[in-house]
Amino acid sequence: MTRRKAKIEEAVFKALMIGSTAAVLGSLALILGTVVWRGLPALNLDMVTQTPKGGYYLGKEGGILNAIVGSLYLAGGATALSLLASLPIALYLQVYAARSRWADVARLALDVLWGVPSIVYGAFGFIIMLWLGIRASLLAGIITLAILELPIMVRAMDEAIAMVPSALKEASYALGATRLETAVRVILRQTAPGLLTGVLLAFGRGIGDAASVLFTAGYTDRLPDSLLGPAASLPLAVFFQLGTPFPAVQDRAYASALVLTAIILALSLISRALAGRFARHVIR
Amino acid sequence: MQAIRTWLSPLIRARRSAPRQAGRRRRERWARRFMGALTLGTVLLVPLLAAALVVRAWPILAARPLSELLFSTDWHPLKGQFGFYPFIMGTLWVTAVAMIIAVPPSLLTAIFLAEYAPERLRAVAKPLIDLLAGIPSVVYGVWGMLTVVPAIERYIAPAVQGSLGAVPLFRSDNPTGYGVLAGGVVLAVMVFPSIIAVAEEVVRAVPDGLRDASLALGATRWQTVRNVVMRRAWPGVAAAVILGLSRALGETMAVLMVVGNMPRVPGSIFDAAYPLTALIANNYGEMMSIPLYDAALLAAALILLLIVVGFNIASRLVLIRLTPAK
Amino acid sequence: MYKPHIRIEDLKAWYGNGQALKGITADVPEHQITAIIGPSGCGKTTLLRCLNRLLEEAQATRVSGHVWLDGTDIYGPGVDVTEVRTRVGMLAPKPFPLPMSIYDNVAYGRRIHGLQRTLDKGNGRNLDRIVQHYLQAAGLWEEVKDRLHDPASGLSTGQQQRLCLARALAVEPEVLLCDEPTSALDPISAQGIEEQLLALKEGTTIVLVTHLLRQARRLADHIIFLWMGELVETGPAEQIFHSAQDERTRAYVAGNIG
Ligand SMILES: Nc1ncnc2c1ncn2[C@@H]1O[C@H](COP(=O)(O)OP(=O)(O)OP(=O)(O)O)[C@@H](O)[C@H]1O
Ligand SMILES: [Mg+2]
Repeated sequence: MTRRKAKIEEAVFKALMIGSTAAVLGSLALILGTVVWRGLPALNLDMVTQTPKGGYYLGKEGGILNAIVGSLYLAGGATALSLLASLPIALYLQVYAARSRWADVARLALDVLWGVPSIVYGAFGFIIMLWLGIRASLLAGIITLAILELPIMVRAMDEAIAMVPSALKEASYALGATRLETAVRVILRQTAPGLLTGVLLAFGRGIGDAASVLFTAGYTDRLPDSLLGPAASLPLAVFFQLGTPFPAVQDRAYASALVLTAIILALSLISRALAGRFARHVIR
Repeated sequence: MQAIRTWLSPLIRARRSAPRQAGRRRRERWARRFMGALTLGTVLLVPLLAAALVVRAWPILAARPLSELLFSTDWHPLKGQFGFYPFIMGTLWVTAVAMIIAVPPSLLTAIFLAEYAPERLRAVAKPLIDLLAGIPSVVYGVWGMLTVVPAIERYIAPAVQGSLGAVPLFRSDNPTGYGVLAGGVVLAVMVFPSIIAVAEEVVRAVPDGLRDASLALGATRWQTVRNVVMRRAWPGVAAAVILGLSRALGETMAVLMVVGNMPRVPGSIFDAAYPLTALIANNYGEMMSIPLYDAALLAAALILLLIVVGFNIASRLVLIRLTPAK
Repeated sequence: MYKPHIRIEDLKAWYGNGQALKGITADVPEHQITAIIGPSGCGKTTLLRCLNRLLEEAQATRVSGHVWLDGTDIYGPGVDVTEVRTRVGMLAPKPFPLPMSIYDNVAYGRRIHGLQRTLDKGNGRNLDRIVQHYLQAAGLWEEVKDRLHDPASGLSTGQQQRLCLARALAVEPEVLLCDEPTSALDPISAQGIEEQLLALKEGTTIVLVTHLLRQARRLADHIIFLWMGELVETGPAEQIFHSAQDERTRAYVAGNIG
């Protein structure tokens, strides 16, 4: 009797689990499907090669090249800036401060930063802008996004570097290498695929984030031409076009969302393809 | 052997030059300092963030009693009334609904992928779930507006109203689909991948020896999972849920687009709500034109920060308490 | 008699609160093979890793005492550990090639120490010759000369171990520490490594940890016998194997314990 009950319970939960998995994967399909279905009809070459012309937001011609380029600049700049800080921090945590009290404190701080909402980073960036006396600009957007990406990148890199076998580090130390030499020549090569994944992850987060650039990068219909001028971004292009009362413009919002999704998909494919190539020398 | 000996005998011991050695030592020292300083800077970013918000929100924190800011429901910036209560409740409602919807399927999926799914399925499903994690929040918002909101408006709200309408929590007098439930559904789908990815890893990390011990006693796979694996894995699984929770609390764009944005305390899952994040994002444009408004919005950011960090640290402490020492 | 290259003096080591070495005092003679023997867990690896200050890379370890290398204490104040480890090379029980090509593995130590151009001045392709030289010294050259720029991870375990030997030799250490260098290898590869070690002792002091008594008999000139973190007996191999003073040593070399 109890055996039968156990069997039934198992069957019920297994069905629930399969249902949940199907629902999760189904929601992904639903999202991609919705965006393609509504975005594709409005997508055309002009959308991705033109900047908005006069009357664009009333349904006249033009495109969102300003937002595409702006987003690439913003996320590219932020990722580069963030990388400059993240890599040394991750190496420091693993190579210099390994398993010390101080590393625990730093990781706790990074966890806290990881959970800080992006709108709060936006507000923080805004305050910094006021202090520095600069307007909403590409530069302010890049700095804010870089801070947002920092904990994401450090965490991914920290995890990747933690996987390096200690015997490998010791092999280098035993040859008289300093920690710096070991970090640069051995650990970076060993973890290159993981580090790359971390960078692309942060880039994806940066290019998709709207709340932090809302305050700091501004919006413009022109291509970004200076670090101190405003820059458009794709998420905000989606948001603003949706906010207009014209169905034709709203359709363009869906097309913009499709462009943004396509960039994210491409990133994920690139990340997979490159990770294999970077893994040539990795010791297992 | 003889051959090798002749190879080694002409060896001149190379002399490592002293200046070079000093250069290496110097580089090492500076690298340590530079990297340490960057790390310290990152740690200091946390108090700096809070301090900057406190300083800029100070005008309103000084001008109004804290109890009024936190518990008043009057939000009339033009009249100088700033009660954050509806927004705080909006954030909590939407997050609570999202977590209630998200947690059971996420955990079941994580357990399925870790314990039951064949390797081939896992190899396909995990990248897809990572992909789900990478989709930008505006895209979730667009999806919510296009599918979730109409579905609630046309099917779910009428059906629930018809059956459970007597219960206040499910009363529906909001004719649009924009509201707490729409926000909750969109957020739930957003946090699926963060919970699943971490929970799956935690469950997988439970040593096989434990499983085998239980299976060898004749337990079914599910009994093993429920009684043995989850007992070992639950602190990590709880941490995964907390991760999802902090993501949900701080999400802005996706929620903003579907919750209706009405500054009152919601009483039913179909009511419109106005979370703190949406408040800040919607009104930043006017913040410089109304007295105290900028301080009020930055105070909202501060409250949000405190809620998220508070949740994070509290749950971490509870977890440490409850985790049996190894 | 012999000339000591390393003098170990009252060396103690702890992992956390557990003491693994309880005051070891012993000599390592120059240009000989010194074998550290003893039952499993007696502290052989720990002692070896004290000799190039690698023990401190593991967490929560502590060392006290002195290790005199040619008259300087490597645990003295102001000593540069990288300098110590350059003079004292090491071969680990399991080969761990660095994540780079075969060539770069051997060149690694030369490059970090800025020694790409020594050995036969005036030849434009010195590093190539250095790499070839040490791969030959480790008996690996013939097998890899056509794929020097392939990843080192593609070699067999035995080849990887010889690569690690070449890599260690390329730094030209005065002392080479070997921790059960043949334990992961098949008998043929193991014999190869043993032959390289014998050939090497001409110019290098070798400290060999082994749990194989027969290997110790074949290779060792000098023995350090440990027992539960303590030194039981040390001296020339002849003496330890044939006229040991201590009861435990006699039992161990007879194969009755450990
Ligand atoms: N990382 C460590 N943490 C804690 N204790 C350790 C650690 N490594 C070794 N020990 C302890 O120190 C003692 C000496 O260990 P060591 O590895 O030096 O022994 P060994 O003689 O090399 O043994 P074997 O022949 O098995 O390799 C042992 O009691 C061991 O349990
Ligand atoms: Mg050992």
